[in-house]
Amino acid sequence: MDFSIITENYLLYLKGMGVTLQVLFVSTAIGSAIGIPVAVLMLSANRAIKLSSYSFVTFFRGTPLVIQLFLIYYGLGQFAFVRESFAWILLEKPFFCAVLALALNNAAYTAEIVRGALVATPHGEIEAAHALGMSRYQSFIRIILPSALRRSIPAYSNEVIFMLHGTVVVSLVTLYDITGVARFINSRYYSPYEAFITAALLYMVITFCLIAIFKQIEKRGLAYLTHGR
Amino acid sequence: MFENFLYGYGYQMWLGAQITIILSLTALFFSIVIGLVTALAKLSGKRYLLYTATCYTTIIRGVPDLVLMLLIYFGGQVLVNSLVAKLGYNTYINISPFLAGTVSLSFIFGSYMGETFRGAILSVPKGQLEAAYAHGLTYMQTTIRILIPQMIRYAIPGISNNWQVLMKTTAFVSIIGLEDIVRKASLAGNSTAKPFLFYITVALFYLAFTLASMVLIYYLEKKYSRGYKAGIL
Repeated sequence: MDFSIITENYLLYLKGMGVTLQVLFVSTAIGSAIGIPVAVLMLSANRAIKLSSYSFVTFFRGTPLVIQLFLIYYGLGQFAFVRESFAWILLEKPFFCAVLALALNNAAYTAEIVRGALVATPHGEIEAAHALGMSRYQSFIRIILPSALRRSIPAYSNEVIFMLHGTVVVSLVTLYDITGVARFINSRYYSPYEAFITAALLYMVITFCLIAIFKQIEKRGLAYLTHGR
Repeated sequence: MFENFLYGYGYQMWLGAQITIILSLTALFFSIVIGLVTALAKLSGKRYLLYTATCYTTIIRGVPDLVLMLLIYFGGQVLVNSLVAKLGYNTYINISPFLAGTVSLSFIFGSYMGETFRGAILSVPKGQLEAAYAHGLTYMQTTIRILIPQMIRYAIPGISNNWQVLMKTTAFVSIIGLEDIVRKASLAGNSTAKPFLFYITVALFYLAFTLASMVLIYYLEKKYSRGYKAGIL
Protein backbone atom coordinates (compact mmCIF):
# COMPACT_ATOMS: atom_id res chain seq x y z
CA MET A 1 0.00 0.00 0.00
CA ASP A 2 1.24 3.41 -0.89
CA PHE A 3 -0.17 6.13 1.30
CA SER A 4 1.84 8.87 -0.41
CA ILE A 5 -1.19 9.22 -2.69
CA ILE A 6 -3.13 10.33 0.33
CA THR A 7 -0.51 12.69 1.72
CA GLU A 8 -0.30 14.34 -1.70
CA ASN A 9 -4.04 14.75 -1.83
CA TYR A 10 -4.79 15.43 1.82
CA LEU A 11 -6.26 18.81 0.95
CA LEU A 12 -8.95 17.11 -1.13
CA TYR A 13 -9.87 14.91 1.81
CA LEU A 14 -10.00 17.92 4.14
CA LYS A 15 -12.29 19.70 1.72
CA GLY A 16 -14.40 16.56 1.47
CA MET A 17 -14.65 16.44 5.24
CA GLY A 18 -15.82 20.05 5.15
CA VAL A 19 -18.58 19.19 2.68
CA THR A 20 -19.66 16.15 4.72
CA LEU A 21 -19.86 18.14 7.96
CA GLN A 22 -21.61 21.05 6.25
CA VAL A 23 -24.26 18.77 4.73
CA LEU A 24 -24.65 16.95 8.05
CA PHE A 25 -25.17 20.08 10.16
CA VAL A 26 -27.42 21.95 7.76
CA SER A 27 -29.64 18.95 7.09
CA THR A 28 -29.95 17.83 10.73
CA ALA A 29 -30.77 21.40 11.76
CA ILE A 30 -33.52 21.68 9.13
CA GLY A 31 -34.54 18.09 9.85
CA SER A 32 -35.20 18.77 13.52
CA ALA A 33 -36.95 22.04 12.73
CA ILE A 34 -39.40 20.06 10.58
CA GLY A 35 -39.38 16.83 12.57
CA ILE A 36 -40.43 18.15 15.97
CA PRO A 37 -43.59 19.89 14.69
CA VAL A 38 -44.41 16.80 12.64
CA ALA A 39 -44.16 14.69 15.82
CA VAL A 40 -46.75 16.94 17.43
CA LEU A 41 -48.98 16.72 14.35
CA MET A 42 -48.79 12.93 14.50
CA LEU A 43 -50.54 13.10 17.87
CA SER A 44 -53.20 15.49 16.62
CA ALA A 45 -56.83 14.56 17.16
CA ASN A 46 -57.64 15.74 13.63
CA ARG A 47 -57.81 12.69 11.34
CA ALA A 48 -56.58 14.48 8.20
CA ILE A 49 -53.57 16.00 9.95
CA LYS A 50 -52.73 12.72 11.60
CA LEU A 51 -53.00 10.76 8.35
CA SER A 52 -50.87 13.19 6.35
CA SER A 53 -48.13 13.39 8.97
CA TYR A 54 -48.08 9.59 9.29
CA SER A 55 -47.86 9.18 5.52
CA PHE A 56 -44.97 11.63 5.38
CA VAL A 57 -43.10 9.67 8.05
CA THR A 58 -43.92 6.27 6.54
CA PHE A 59 -42.80 7.32 3.08
CA PHE A 60 -39.48 8.75 4.18
CA ARG A 61 -38.75 5.90 6.60
CA GLY A 62 -39.90 3.17 4.25
CA THR A 63 -37.89 4.09 1.16
CA PRO A 64 -34.13 4.28 0.68
CA LEU A 65 -32.49 7.67 1.07
CA VAL A 66 -30.80 7.33 -2.34
CA ILE A 67 -34.19 7.02 -4.01
CA GLN A 68 -35.46 10.09 -2.19
CA LEU A 69 -32.43 12.03 -3.38
CA PHE A 70 -32.77 10.77 -6.96
CA LEU A 71 -36.46 11.64 -6.94
CA ILE A 72 -35.65 15.22 -5.99
CA TYR A 73 -32.47 15.72 -8.02
CA TYR A 74 -33.20 13.77 -11.20
CA GLY A 75 -36.95 13.23 -10.86
CA LEU A 76 -38.33 16.72 -10.45
CA GLY A 77 -36.66 17.89 -13.64
CA GLN A 78 -39.11 15.72 -15.55
CA PHE A 79 -41.90 18.22 -15.02
CA ALA A 80 -41.92 21.33 -17.15
CA PHE A 81 -43.73 23.39 -14.54
CA VAL A 82 -40.96 22.69 -12.04
CA ARG A 83 -38.29 23.64 -14.56
CA GLU A 84 -40.07 26.87 -15.31
CA SER A 85 -40.77 27.83 -11.71
CA PHE A 86 -38.42 29.98 -9.67
CA ALA A 87 -37.66 26.99 -7.40
CA TRP A 88 -35.64 25.51 -10.27
CA ILE A 89 -32.76 27.86 -9.44
CA LEU A 90 -32.41 25.87 -6.22
CA LEU A 91 -33.51 22.48 -7.49
CA GLU A 92 -30.86 22.28 -10.19
CA LYS A 93 -28.14 22.67 -7.55
CA PRO A 94 -26.92 19.28 -6.26
CA PHE A 95 -26.05 20.72 -2.85
CA PHE A 96 -29.55 22.04 -2.30
CA CYS A 97 -31.16 18.77 -3.42
CA ALA A 98 -28.84 16.73 -1.21
CA VAL A 99 -29.61 18.85 1.83
CA LEU A 100 -33.34 18.80 1.06
CA ALA A 101 -33.45 15.00 0.75
CA LEU A 102 -31.36 14.43 3.87
CA ALA A 103 -33.36 17.01 5.84
CA LEU A 104 -36.72 15.47 4.93
CA ASN A 105 -35.41 12.00 5.69
CA ASN A 106 -34.01 13.17 9.02
CA ALA A 107 -37.27 14.97 9.79
CA ALA A 108 -39.22 11.73 9.41
CA TYR A 109 -36.92 9.76 11.70
CA THR A 110 -36.74 12.59 14.24
CA ALA A 111 -40.54 12.88 14.23
CA GLU A 112 -40.87 9.19 15.03
CA ILE A 113 -38.34 9.44 17.89
CA VAL A 114 -39.96 12.54 19.40
CA ARG A 115 -43.45 11.06 19.00
CA GLY A 116 -42.34 8.01 20.94
CA ALA A 117 -40.93 10.20 23.69
CA LEU A 118 -44.07 12.37 23.81
CA VAL A 119 -46.30 9.32 24.16
CA ALA A 120 -44.09 7.99 26.94
CA THR A 121 -44.32 11.16 29.06
CA PRO A 122 -44.95 10.10 32.67
CA HIS A 123 -48.53 10.96 33.51
CA GLY A 124 -47.50 12.57 36.79
CA GLU A 125 -45.63 15.31 34.93
CA ILE A 126 -48.76 16.31 33.03
CA GLU A 127 -50.93 16.17 36.15
CA ALA A 128 -48.41 18.28 38.05
CA ALA A 129 -48.48 20.89 35.28
CA HIS A 130 -52.28 21.02 35.36
CA ALA A 131 -52.28 21.14 39.15
CA LEU A 132 -50.07 24.22 38.95
CA GLY A 133 -52.78 25.86 36.87
CA MET A 134 -51.06 25.73 33.49
CA SER A 135 -53.25 25.70 30.42
CA ARG A 136 -53.01 22.87 27.90
CA TYR A 137 -50.74 24.96 25.67
CA GLN A 138 -48.55 26.12 28.54
CA SER A 139 -48.08 22.66 29.96
CA PHE A 140 -47.19 21.35 26.50
CA ILE A 141 -44.60 24.03 25.75
CA ARG A 142 -43.09 24.24 29.22
CA ILE A 143 -43.34 20.70 30.55
CA ILE A 144 -44.25 17.97 28.11
CA LEU A 145 -42.16 18.98 25.08
CA PRO A 146 -38.91 19.80 26.93
CA SER A 147 -39.20 16.59 28.92
CA ALA A 148 -39.83 14.54 25.78
CA LEU A 149 -36.97 16.19 23.89
CA ARG A 150 -34.58 15.38 26.71
CA ARG A 151 -35.65 11.78 26.80
CA SER A 152 -35.21 11.45 23.04
CA ILE A 153 -31.53 12.44 23.15
CA PRO A 154 -30.12 8.86 23.24
CA ALA A 155 -32.20 7.74 20.24
CA TYR A 156 -31.51 11.01 18.48
CA SER A 157 -27.75 10.60 18.85
CA ASN A 158 -28.04 7.29 17.01
CA GLU A 159 -30.05 9.02 14.33
CA VAL A 160 -27.38 11.69 13.85
CA ILE A 161 -24.78 8.96 13.33
CA PHE A 162 -27.05 7.31 10.78
CA MET A 163 -27.34 10.71 9.14
CA LEU A 164 -23.56 11.01 8.98
CA HIS A 165 -23.51 7.65 7.26
CA GLY A 166 -26.35 8.82 5.06
CA THR A 167 -24.42 11.85 3.82
CA VAL A 168 -22.47 9.49 1.53
CA VAL A 169 -25.35 9.75 -0.93
CA VAL A 170 -24.30 13.29 -1.82
CA SER A 171 -21.33 11.76 -3.64
CA LEU A 172 -23.86 10.28 -6.07
CA VAL A 173 -25.04 13.70 -7.22
CA THR A 174 -21.62 15.02 -8.22
CA LEU A 175 -20.64 16.49 -4.84
CA TYR A 176 -17.17 15.85 -3.44
CA ASP A 177 -17.72 14.83 0.16
CA ILE A 178 -15.35 12.34 1.82
CA THR A 179 -16.79 9.44 -0.20
CA GLY A 180 -16.79 11.51 -3.37
CA VAL A 181 -13.11 12.31 -2.92
CA ALA A 182 -12.32 8.67 -2.15
CA ARG A 183 -14.09 7.54 -5.31
CA PHE A 184 -12.21 10.15 -7.31
CA ILE A 185 -8.84 9.08 -5.87
CA ASN A 186 -9.68 5.42 -6.50
CA SER A 187 -10.61 5.98 -10.11
CA ARG A 188 -7.60 8.19 -10.74
CA TYR A 189 -4.85 6.06 -9.15
CA TYR A 190 -6.68 2.73 -9.02
CA SER A 191 -5.76 2.35 -5.37
CA PRO A 192 -8.94 1.27 -3.56
CA TYR A 193 -7.29 0.47 -0.22
CA GLU A 194 -5.62 3.81 0.28
CA ALA A 195 -8.61 5.79 -0.95
CA PHE A 196 -11.39 4.01 0.92
CA ILE A 197 -9.50 3.15 4.11
CA THR A 198 -8.65 6.83 4.50
CA ALA A 199 -12.30 7.71 4.00
CA ALA A 200 -13.36 5.03 6.49
CA LEU A 201 -10.93 6.37 9.08
CA LEU A 202 -12.19 9.93 8.62
CA TYR A 203 -15.79 8.77 9.07
CA MET A 204 -14.80 6.82 12.17
CA VAL A 205 -13.16 9.90 13.66
CA ILE A 206 -16.30 11.97 13.04
CA THR A 207 -18.50 9.20 14.44
CA PHE A 208 -16.52 8.93 17.65
CA CYS A 209 -16.43 12.71 18.08
CA LEU A 210 -20.22 12.80 17.68
CA ILE A 211 -20.62 9.98 20.20
CA ALA A 212 -18.41 11.85 22.68
CA ILE A 213 -20.36 15.09 22.20
CA PHE A 214 -23.70 13.36 22.71
CA LYS A 215 -22.35 11.62 25.83
CA GLN A 216 -21.66 15.06 27.29
CA ILE A 217 -25.09 16.35 26.29
CA GLU A 218 -26.71 13.30 27.83
CA LYS A 219 -24.74 13.80 31.01
CA ARG A 220 -26.06 17.33 31.34
CA GLY A 221 -29.53 16.95 29.90
CA LEU A 222 -30.46 13.61 31.39
CA ALA A 223 -28.69 13.97 34.74
CA TYR A 224 -32.00 14.13 36.56
CA LEU A 225 -32.99 10.73 35.20
CA THR A 226 -29.85 8.95 36.35
CA HIS A 227 -29.72 10.70 39.71
CA GLY A 228 -29.21 8.27 42.55
CA ARG A 229 -28.43 5.37 40.24
CA MET B 1 -48.41 -8.85 -19.03
CA PHE B 2 -45.64 -6.28 -18.66
CA GLU B 3 -45.42 -5.46 -22.39
CA ASN B 4 -46.75 -1.95 -22.23
CA PHE B 5 -46.39 -1.34 -18.55
CA LEU B 6 -44.10 1.61 -17.68
CA TYR B 7 -43.33 2.45 -21.32
CA GLY B 8 -42.20 -1.11 -21.96
CA TYR B 9 -39.71 -1.10 -19.10
CA GLY B 10 -42.03 -2.97 -16.74
CA TYR B 11 -40.34 -6.31 -17.36
CA GLN B 12 -36.86 -4.86 -16.86
CA MET B 13 -38.00 -3.29 -13.59
CA TRP B 14 -39.41 -6.61 -12.51
CA LEU B 15 -36.07 -8.30 -13.22
CA GLY B 16 -34.34 -5.63 -11.17
CA ALA B 17 -36.82 -6.09 -8.35
CA GLN B 18 -36.08 -9.83 -8.31
CA ILE B 19 -32.37 -9.15 -7.95
CA THR B 20 -33.05 -6.74 -5.10
CA ILE B 21 -35.23 -9.30 -3.32
CA ILE B 22 -32.79 -12.19 -3.82
CA LEU B 23 -29.85 -10.07 -2.74
CA SER B 24 -31.53 -8.84 0.43
CA LEU B 25 -32.70 -12.32 1.42
CA THR B 26 -29.24 -13.82 0.82
CA ALA B 27 -27.63 -11.02 2.81
CA LEU B 28 -30.22 -11.49 5.57
CA PHE B 29 -29.34 -15.17 5.86
CA PHE B 30 -25.59 -14.60 6.05
CA SER B 31 -25.90 -11.63 8.35
CA ILE B 32 -27.91 -13.75 10.79
CA VAL B 33 -25.19 -16.41 10.70
CA ILE B 34 -22.42 -13.83 11.20
CA GLY B 35 -24.49 -12.14 13.89
CA LEU B 36 -24.93 -15.36 15.84
CA VAL B 37 -21.22 -16.10 15.69
CA THR B 38 -20.41 -12.53 16.79
CA ALA B 39 -22.84 -12.65 19.68
CA LEU B 40 -21.56 -16.04 20.87
CA ALA B 41 -17.98 -14.74 20.55
CA LYS B 42 -18.83 -11.71 22.66
CA LEU B 43 -20.45 -13.85 25.34
CA SER B 44 -17.90 -16.68 25.21
CA GLY B 45 -15.83 -15.22 28.05
CA LYS B 46 -12.66 -15.69 26.02
CA ARG B 47 -10.81 -12.42 25.87
CA TYR B 48 -9.36 -12.67 22.35
CA LEU B 49 -12.77 -13.55 20.92
CA LEU B 50 -14.38 -10.64 22.75
CA TYR B 51 -11.74 -8.20 21.44
CA THR B 52 -12.00 -9.42 17.86
CA ALA B 53 -15.80 -9.20 17.91
CA THR B 54 -15.79 -5.77 19.55
CA CYS B 55 -13.27 -4.49 17.01
CA TYR B 56 -15.44 -5.77 14.19
CA THR B 57 -18.67 -4.20 15.45
CA THR B 58 -16.96 -0.89 16.27
CA ILE B 59 -15.44 -0.56 12.80
CA ILE B 60 -18.71 -1.40 11.07
CA ARG B 61 -20.65 1.09 13.17
CA GLY B 62 -18.16 3.85 12.51
CA VAL B 63 -17.97 3.52 8.74
CA PRO B 64 -20.80 4.26 6.28
CA ASP B 65 -22.14 1.25 4.38
CA LEU B 66 -21.38 2.67 0.95
CA VAL B 67 -17.70 3.19 1.81
CA LEU B 68 -17.43 -0.39 3.07
CA MET B 69 -19.18 -1.66 -0.01
CA LEU B 70 -16.81 0.22 -2.32
CA LEU B 71 -13.83 -0.95 -0.27
CA ILE B 72 -14.92 -4.58 -0.50
CA TYR B 73 -15.79 -4.35 -4.19
CA PHE B 74 -12.71 -2.50 -5.46
CA GLY B 75 -10.37 -3.72 -2.74
CA GLY B 76 -11.53 -7.31 -3.10
CA GLN B 77 -10.84 -7.12 -6.82
CA VAL B 78 -7.26 -5.97 -6.23
CA LEU B 79 -6.74 -8.52 -3.46
CA VAL B 80 -7.98 -11.48 -5.48
CA ASN B 81 -5.96 -10.52 -8.53
CA SER B 82 -2.75 -9.96 -6.60
CA LEU B 83 -3.25 -13.38 -5.01
CA VAL B 84 -3.80 -14.92 -8.44
CA ALA B 85 -0.67 -13.21 -9.74
CA LYS B 86 1.34 -14.47 -6.77
CA LEU B 87 0.18 -17.99 -7.46
CA GLY B 88 1.64 -17.61 -10.92
CA TYR B 89 -1.50 -17.37 -13.03
CA ASN B 90 -1.85 -14.73 -15.65
CA THR B 91 -5.59 -14.22 -15.69
CA TYR B 92 -7.72 -11.33 -14.59
CA ILE B 93 -10.61 -12.23 -12.33
CA ASN B 94 -13.65 -10.01 -12.10
CA ILE B 95 -15.50 -10.10 -8.82
CA SER B 96 -19.19 -10.19 -9.56
CA PRO B 97 -21.08 -7.22 -8.16
CA PHE B 98 -23.63 -9.63 -6.70
CA LEU B 99 -20.94 -11.37 -4.68
CA ALA B 100 -19.44 -8.06 -3.53
CA GLY B 101 -22.89 -6.77 -2.62
CA THR B 102 -23.83 -9.88 -0.67
CA VAL B 103 -20.50 -10.02 1.14
CA SER B 104 -20.53 -6.38 2.16
CA LEU B 105 -24.19 -6.33 3.18
CA SER B 106 -23.80 -9.53 5.24
CA PHE B 107 -20.66 -8.15 6.80
CA ILE B 108 -22.30 -4.84 7.72
CA PHE B 109 -25.54 -6.25 9.06
CA GLY B 110 -23.78 -9.16 10.73
CA SER B 111 -22.45 -6.65 13.23
CA TYR B 112 -25.88 -5.13 13.88
CA MET B 113 -27.40 -8.59 14.19
CA GLY B 114 -24.61 -9.46 16.61
CA GLU B 115 -25.69 -6.69 18.97
CA THR B 116 -29.33 -7.75 18.67
CA PHE B 117 -28.53 -11.38 19.40
CA ARG B 118 -26.26 -10.48 22.29
CA GLY B 119 -29.12 -8.66 23.98
CA ALA B 120 -31.55 -11.45 23.19
CA ILE B 121 -29.25 -14.18 24.50
CA LEU B 122 -28.83 -12.27 27.75
CA SER B 123 -32.63 -12.18 28.07
CA VAL B 124 -32.93 -15.97 28.13
CA PRO B 125 -33.22 -17.02 31.78
CA LYS B 126 -29.99 -18.55 33.00
CA GLY B 127 -31.82 -21.41 34.65
CA GLN B 128 -32.74 -22.72 31.21
CA LEU B 129 -29.09 -23.17 30.29
CA GLU B 130 -28.19 -24.57 33.68
CA ALA B 131 -31.00 -27.09 33.36
CA ALA B 132 -29.68 -28.08 29.93
CA TYR B 133 -26.18 -28.62 31.24
CA ALA B 134 -27.58 -30.52 34.21
CA HIS B 135 -29.23 -32.88 31.73
CA GLY B 136 -25.81 -33.55 30.28
CA LEU B 137 -26.17 -31.54 27.06
CA THR B 138 -22.92 -30.26 25.56
CA TYR B 139 -22.28 -26.56 24.79
CA MET B 140 -23.23 -27.05 21.13
CA GLN B 141 -26.40 -28.93 21.99
CA THR B 142 -27.42 -26.36 24.57
CA THR B 143 -26.82 -23.51 22.15
CA ILE B 144 -28.73 -25.07 19.27
CA ARG B 145 -31.58 -26.77 21.14
CA ILE B 146 -32.17 -24.53 24.13
CA LEU B 147 -30.60 -21.11 23.69
CA ILE B 148 -31.34 -20.21 20.06
CA PRO B 149 -35.02 -21.25 19.95
CA GLN B 150 -35.81 -19.20 23.04
CA MET B 151 -33.58 -16.31 22.09
CA ILE B 152 -35.38 -15.81 18.75
CA ARG B 153 -38.44 -14.45 20.56
CA TYR B 154 -36.44 -11.63 22.09
CA ALA B 155 -34.47 -11.03 18.92
CA ILE B 156 -37.38 -10.66 16.48
CA PRO B 157 -37.99 -6.92 17.02
CA GLY B 158 -34.28 -6.24 16.53
CA ILE B 159 -34.04 -8.54 13.51
CA SER B 160 -37.01 -6.84 11.91
CA ASN B 161 -35.43 -3.41 12.41
CA ASN B 162 -32.15 -4.58 10.93
CA TRP B 163 -33.96 -6.28 8.06
CA GLN B 164 -35.76 -3.09 7.14
CA VAL B 165 -32.53 -1.11 7.17
CA LEU B 166 -30.79 -3.86 5.17
CA MET B 167 -33.51 -3.81 2.55
CA LYS B 168 -33.07 -0.09 2.04
CA THR B 169 -29.30 -0.39 1.96
CA THR B 170 -29.53 -2.73 -1.03
CA ALA B 171 -30.27 0.41 -3.07
CA PHE B 172 -26.54 1.12 -2.95
CA VAL B 173 -25.54 -1.99 -4.90
CA SER B 174 -26.48 -0.24 -8.13
CA ILE B 175 -23.37 1.89 -7.59
CA ILE B 176 -21.08 -1.12 -7.82
CA GLY B 177 -22.82 -2.10 -11.04
CA LEU B 178 -25.44 -4.60 -10.00
CA GLU B 179 -28.51 -4.56 -12.23
CA ASP B 180 -30.94 -4.07 -9.35
CA ILE B 181 -34.18 -2.12 -9.46
CA VAL B 182 -32.45 1.22 -8.83
CA ARG B 183 -30.11 0.77 -11.78
CA LYS B 184 -32.96 -0.36 -14.04
CA ALA B 185 -34.92 2.70 -12.99
CA SER B 186 -32.06 5.03 -13.74
CA LEU B 187 -31.54 3.46 -17.18
CA ALA B 188 -35.24 3.58 -17.97
CA GLY B 189 -35.55 7.09 -16.61
CA ASN B 190 -32.73 8.30 -18.82
CA SER B 191 -34.01 6.77 -22.02
CA THR B 192 -37.63 7.80 -21.57
CA ALA B 193 -36.83 11.19 -19.98
CA LYS B 194 -39.28 10.30 -17.21
CA PRO B 195 -36.99 9.74 -14.21
CA PHE B 196 -39.62 10.74 -11.64
CA LEU B 197 -42.01 8.04 -12.79
CA PHE B 198 -39.38 5.32 -12.49
CA TYR B 199 -37.92 6.46 -9.19
CA ILE B 200 -41.36 6.77 -7.62
CA THR B 201 -42.05 3.21 -8.82
CA VAL B 202 -38.89 2.10 -7.03
CA ALA B 203 -39.94 4.01 -3.91
CA LEU B 204 -43.34 2.31 -3.95
CA PHE B 205 -41.66 -1.06 -4.48
CA TYR B 206 -39.53 -0.55 -1.37
CA LEU B 207 -42.56 0.68 0.55
CA ALA B 208 -44.54 -2.42 -0.44
CA PHE B 209 -41.59 -4.64 0.41
CA THR B 210 -41.35 -2.99 3.83
CA LEU B 211 -45.06 -3.31 4.54
CA ALA B 212 -45.14 -6.94 3.36
CA SER B 213 -42.28 -7.84 5.66
CA MET B 214 -43.97 -6.06 8.55
CA VAL B 215 -46.97 -8.33 8.13
CA LEU B 216 -44.72 -11.38 7.98
CA ILE B 217 -42.85 -10.30 11.10
CA TYR B 218 -46.13 -9.83 12.94
CA TYR B 219 -46.98 -13.49 12.33
CA LEU B 220 -43.46 -14.63 13.22
CA GLU B 221 -43.70 -12.73 16.49
CA LYS B 222 -46.96 -14.48 17.22
CA LYS B 223 -45.51 -17.85 16.38
CA TYR B 224 -42.47 -17.49 18.59
CA SER B 225 -44.50 -16.08 21.48
CA ARG B 226 -46.61 -19.23 21.69
CA GLY B 227 -46.64 -20.45 25.23
CA TYR B 228 -46.05 -16.98 26.62
CA LYS B 229 -48.90 -14.92 27.96
CA ALA B 230 -49.09 -11.44 26.53
CA GLY B 231 -48.94 -8.57 28.95
CA ILE B 232 -47.29 -10.24 31.88
CA LEU B 233 -44.09 -8.51 32.75
